[in-house]
Amino acid sequence: MKSWLTTTDHKRIGLLYFWTAFVFFLLGGIEALVIRLQLAQPSGHVVSAETYNQLFTMHGTTMVFLALMPLSASFFNYIVPLQIGARDVAFPRLNAFSYWVFLLGGLFLNASWFVGPLFKAGMLNVAPDGGWFGYANLTERQFSPGPNIDFWLLGLQILGISSLAAGFNFIVTILNLRAPGLKLMRLPVFTWMTLVTQFLIITAFPVITVGLVFLMFDRFFGAHFYVHGAGATPLLWQHLFWLFGHPEVYILILPAMGIVSEVLPTFARKPLFGYTVVVYSGILIGFMGWGVWSHHMFAVGLGPIADSVFAATTMLIAVPTGVKIFNWIATLWGGDIRGTTALHFAVGFIAMFIIGGLSGVSHASPPADLQQTDTYYVVAHIHYVLFGGTIMGLFAGIYYWWPKMTGRLLSEPLGKWHFWLQFIGMNVAFFPMHFIGLLGMPRRIYTYSPDLGVSDLNLVSTVGAFLIAVSLLVFIANLWRTRSRGETASNDPWGGATLEWSIPSPPPVYNFSVIPTITSRLPRWRTELHAPMQDPPATPPGPIHVPGGSWWPMVAAFGLPLMALAPLTHTLWLAFVGAGVLIVGIYGWAFEPFEV
Amino acid sequence: MTHAAHAPTAHYTSMGLDSRKMAFWAFIGSECLLFGSLISTYLVYKGRSVVGPYPHDILNIPFTSVSTFDLLMSSLMMVLALAAVQRGDMKWGKIWLFSTALLGLVFLGGQVIEFTEFVHKGLTMSTNLFGCTFFVLTGTHGAHVAVGVLWLLTLWVRALQGRLGPANAMTVEITGLYWHFVDVVWIIIFTVVYLIQ
Amino acid sequence: MADTEVREHAHPTVDVYLRVAAALVILTVLEVGVFYVPAFHGVLVPVLLVLSAAKFALVIMFYMHLKADNKFFTFLFGAPLLLAVGVMVALLFLFYGALTLRGAAGAG
Repeated sequence: MKSWLTTTDHKRIGLLYFWTAFVFFLLGGIEALVIRLQLAQPSGHVVSAETYNQLFTMHGTTMVFLALMPLSASFFNYIVPLQIGARDVAFPRLNAFSYWVFLLGGLFLNASWFVGPLFKAGMLNVAPDGGWFGYANLTERQFSPGPNIDFWLLGLQILGISSLAAGFNFIVTILNLRAPGLKLMRLPVFTWMTLVTQFLIITAFPVITVGLVFLMFDRFFGAHFYVHGAGATPLLWQHLFWLFGHPEVYILILPAMGIVSEVLPTFARKPLFGYTVVVYSGILIGFMGWGVWSHHMFAVGLGPIADSVFAATTMLIAVPTGVKIFNWIATLWGGDIRGTTALHFAVGFIAMFIIGGLSGVSHASPPADLQQTDTYYVVAHIHYVLFGGTIMGLFAGIYYWWPKMTGRLLSEPLGKWHFWLQFIGMNVAFFPMHFIGLLGMPRRIYTYSPDLGVSDLNLVSTVGAFLIAVSLLVFIANLWRTRSRGETASNDPWGGATLEWSIPSPPPVYNFSVIPTITSRLPRWRTELHAPMQDPPATPPGPIHVPGGSWWPMVAAFGLPLMALAPLTHTLWLAFVGAGVLIVGIYGWAFEPFEV
Repeated sequence: MTHAAHAPTAHYTSMGLDSRKMAFWAFIGSECLLFGSLISTYLVYKGRSVVGPYPHDILNIPFTSVSTFDLLMSSLMMVLALAAVQRGDMKWGKIWLFSTALLGLVFLGGQVIEFTEFVHKGLTMSTNLFGCTFFVLTGTHGAHVAVGVLWLLTLWVRALQGRLGPANAMTVEITGLYWHFVDVVWIIIFTVVYLIQ
Repeated sequence: MADTEVREHAHPTVDVYLRVAAALVILTVLEVGVFYVPAFHGVLVPVLLVLSAAKFALVIMFYMHLKADNKFFTFLFGAPLLLAVGVMVALLFLFYGALTLRGAAGAG
């Protein structure tokens, strides 16, 4: 127990990220199921309008910040150091700090479900309810007097710190801790996409932090950043949010693209088609992701010049994305394909992401977007890219790397059941939403009239949502079964080309008994020019230094939610206590003996 | 187990660069976006306040020019501290580190005086948009200065204890990077907020 | 490693530090001076921006050693800096109406 609380081992932190994020993922899923129950019939009465607002807000916030990002982070942690031949990340304690801040931030946000009585309200009454993008000026104190939005803006600031700290850590890790000979253009694509993602994180998160700080000052200290009467414009929030929000979309999808770029070559027994182009497309997507944010705001009426500019950049960004898709398909073409569960999810990713990408291009055009914006059409789009895309990609990664992470292979038959149920379920759930939206049903309303003519489609969608739930039960059963009865994994159950497969499953605490020297992009495969590398010996030739654990990252992390409690409860001394804990944590951290 | 063999700096790194320094430059890059967003907001809301006091009613250029000079000089002290530590001259290293922190404290004192005066003249965060944007922008900068002062004083105490020497020059250099970045942010704020009214 | 050592520690001498400080002080005096001279009011904004950019560059190049240090640090700092400037310019255009065809009259 103590060894897990103080751990600085990237592999353990990766597993902590996985389990924490998976629980939040299930929580967000339950919220989605309640939403779908409410909408299964017109004039539904499952929940009240107020509860419904909290459900869709927390569903979006949870899935984006507490499920998808940290599930990706779980692979960054576990896999990236293994793929670059490192013994750990560059700053192991900072890594532990990121995890604890993430956990505490997630608990802070979700505590809002239960602490209503402390704010003289009922349970399930004070959770955030302003939508996942919390548009001003609805979020101002005047229109949202309760603590709901406070939980949201404080929780997101905490989570931002976690992502930023991890961002610096992984940039340095990937650039500076590569094994000898592992040049940048020999890096596995997953590691490349991780690197691009971290650059997006460290540039995008400060922007939303500023937006949230403004909102905090408006709500707690009487500032007017988003108050129209004072000459301000709520549009500022939209700009700041989407300046962050669009890069965030790529923060969510690029890791999944990286995973798919690992899984496809392994199971097609072919090198990735056009490695260089795939890498450069990823970098280009990262850059262009910064120039498209106002396409979320066409309905504002920015004027023809701004609309044209952002429509053009948005359509252009489809080009590198399309390039990647063709490269993945070309990788499969003529390959010696093995239809494992991981490959099913990877191919499912390609298919679903194409649909999501196409509906995305359809609202890159402002006139079309005006018809689609704020309807279920957009909900369909976002779920095709984030569920059909990111989640499918993440599951491909889970089936692919689970044996490496736990030493046991997940069951393939159960995996296939999981895949088909989820694949069918998501299409049944989300495809009708295109029609529901175009027929005129707006998003974020808690009920609808039977006269709208979307009742049947909504029922179909709800059935799909429950199919997804069943598929996840199959997955959980698979995890449970694998724990004791799963087939033991060898070093390399799939015949992978990258470094993580050269060491035992799960790897020893020092990862590599001898740090390998890399001479090719596919070190473990025989290519025209290169013989496969020699796997490191099973026992290290000499003692290996492994950094010990530390309590201080966790202590420092506790300071942040304590500080956040101060404005929430209007208790000034809590701010000083929180700052004190943070400072004690940082000093303990800085001055303890700890050698990497 | 193996740490007796070589100092921490002898770690192999694939780019041959110090990991902490690299992380810190990435952090400074990230801070560019933080201050960029704050300054953008200040500019976007410039001239949109519906009630006074307005910038030209209240900003005290001579006073702030002195503060600016003070912060520039602290940057000079900082590089002198680094140069002293690097050549192992800890006597001057201590003096320059302390002077840097002291000038930082003077700057913070100036900001406290300025803020107090503004509040007396009727400008608070809830007065108008100028108040909101001004206090949050300069306050965020001030908070960065305060963290820097704490950091510098910590190094100074470590130096007094004899635990800071040429072997820790990188720590001083990184502290310097932070301090100079806070200084260049002020160079911009001084121009954008105070001189361009 | 040998040439990295050289690159990482090729810091300017104290003499250079002092001369940069002198330049910074002169530039600051110029800035404040320009502010008070009525003749400059027409070109105040560009002149001030150039002067402060010069100070910015001096501190970055010499005090933060980017001139002599590894170019990768320049990239780590410069890329987000350019991004921040780009965002700032774009927001100013969007809010001051230059991208909306409404002209100078309708901000926002």
